[in-house]
Amino acid sequence: MLMTVNQATATSVDQNAVVEARKLGLTFQTNDGPVRALADVDLTINKGEFVSFIGPSGCGKTTFLRVIADLEQPTEGKISINGMTPEQAREARAYGYVFQAAALFPWRTIESNVGLPLEIIGLSKAEQQERIKRTMDLVNLSGFEKKYPWQLSGGMQQRASIARALAFDADLLLMDEPFGALDEIVRDHLNEQLLRLWRQTNKTICFVTHSIPEAVYLSTRIVVMSPRPGRVTDVIESTLPTERPLDIRESPEFLAIAARVRDGLRAGHSYED
Amino acid sequence: MDRLRDRIIPVITILLVIVAAWYAFAVYMNAPFQRDLDRRAGLTPGTVEFVGKTLSQPKPTMPAPHQVAQNFFENTFLRKVTSARSLVYHSWVTLSSTLLGFTFGTALGILIAVGIVHVIALDRSLMPWIIASQTIPILAVAPMIIVVLAAIGITGLIPKALISTYLSFFPVAVGMVKGLRSPDLMHLDLMHTYNASASQTFWKLRVPASVPFLFASMKVAVAASLVGAIVGELPTGAVAGIGAKLLAGSYYSQTIDMWAALVAGSVVAAMLVVLVGIVGKVVERSMGGRPA
Repeated sequence: MLMTVNQATATSVDQNAVVEARKLGLTFQTNDGPVRALADVDLTINKGEFVSFIGPSGCGKTTFLRVIADLEQPTEGKISINGMTPEQAREARAYGYVFQAAALFPWRTIESNVGLPLEIIGLSKAEQQERIKRTMDLVNLSGFEKKYPWQLSGGMQQRASIARALAFDADLLLMDEPFGALDEIVRDHLNEQLLRLWRQTNKTICFVTHSIPEAVYLSTRIVVMSPRPGRVTDVIESTLPTERPLDIRESPEFLAIAARVRDGLRAGHSYED
Repeated sequence: MDRLRDRIIPVITILLVIVAAWYAFAVYMNAPFQRDLDRRAGLTPGTVEFVGKTLSQPKPTMPAPHQVAQNFFENTFLRKVTSARSLVYHSWVTLSSTLLGFTFGTALGILIAVGIVHVIALDRSLMPWIIASQTIPILAVAPMIIVVLAAIGITGLIPKALISTYLSFFPVAVGMVKGLRSPDLMHLDLMHTYNASASQTFWKLRVPASVPFLFASMKVAVAASLVGAIVGELPTGAVAGIGAKLLAGSYYSQTIDMWAALVAGSVVAAMLVVLVGIVGKVVERSMGGRPA
């Protein structure tokens, strides 16, 4: 244990680092030849940060998240999660993952969906019940325990899937465009709830999005990426306070950050097509 | 009311068309023999009388619907179920081997599917053989199965059931391979992020996801099982069962008996398919299915 910590600190700048990527690259071998999904990604994500990844499709933001989650294997460079390899981190259940769609099992009730990871870990029934109740409260879904997914709206389904990711209490939450398919009003509401949840739980969140307002509103840091090959073009520290009412989005400070993100996206975007 | 208009009336209409066509065809088919009879007897009946006679021959080439219906009714409801003439008795004999074969076949099909989904070697090697197995005409294989099993002392219900198994494992195997592979990538990724073991992924994801596929293929399999059981009775010299009834009918030109046995077979098949459908619906509902 001590050794892994030492190994991690050998390359790390910050003891607080949750995710550390060094010269990370990933090349997919496809039928049309190799595709560089990620190239030279250097990034450190610290404990308690809310980091958004933004960029046009094909910029590798989802791929990066999937590398952290050990769903893809990098072909170059190094990445560590809490000082471990992604595989070790996954085996240690170091993170919760929220997908683009809610991906609830249609044959399970909401509470049983939220309890799925707990069953897999092998917690006692009592412990499962306690955690299900706590996380369902956290996402404001109390009262819907016995419903099946099809009985809930899209926004509620996505909240259930967030509850499921929170249920096993990992310190790192990976979210891949979780609100992408929802309408704007629901999305605003969920963004607010997510921020509240982040403050309450003090988790580290990596959040993939293609919406500039969403990224600026939520994040403490925004990572702007560009495609072909997917790389980081800008990292923007947010100067917004932790307490963020929805109308902060009209403040000049907010708009300034949004403008910088937009510039970053534009600079990285090739307009050859 | 809607059900009457949308379901019952169309079905009845088609039924009436079929019955009318059947009558016309029966007259047409039985007419030559009737003409021959009349000529020998020196009779010259009018049209109506002639048609009436073609529809009431004791051993017609093509029995009329009412003859079949009468025979079916008498042999189903008016006989003691233990009587050798009772269709209920024959149906039961066939049904018992159908059900046994169907149970074997479903179990075998699921087993094969699990093997194919989990073992790459089986995936590559087994499927062509399974498909080839179904291209062999069952009528050719059935006597061999009966003879071989009889030689090692297995007779009675089991050999017939095995022929049903041979026909019914196929749809289940194919359906379950598809069903066990039906979970989408996101669900599989999800289980991966939980570091779920292969058996957890199997029981918590693949199995529940395959249930609708299982029932769809079981519907096909149960009908195939019945065909297998009937075919299995033909070369065995069976004295009981719908197949035996068909065979006896053809020996003695008891065409009406044959048709009534056919009807009995269809009724049994329909009941089995409906039963599997109902069980499927109940299971689906208990798994939180959206009511249709």
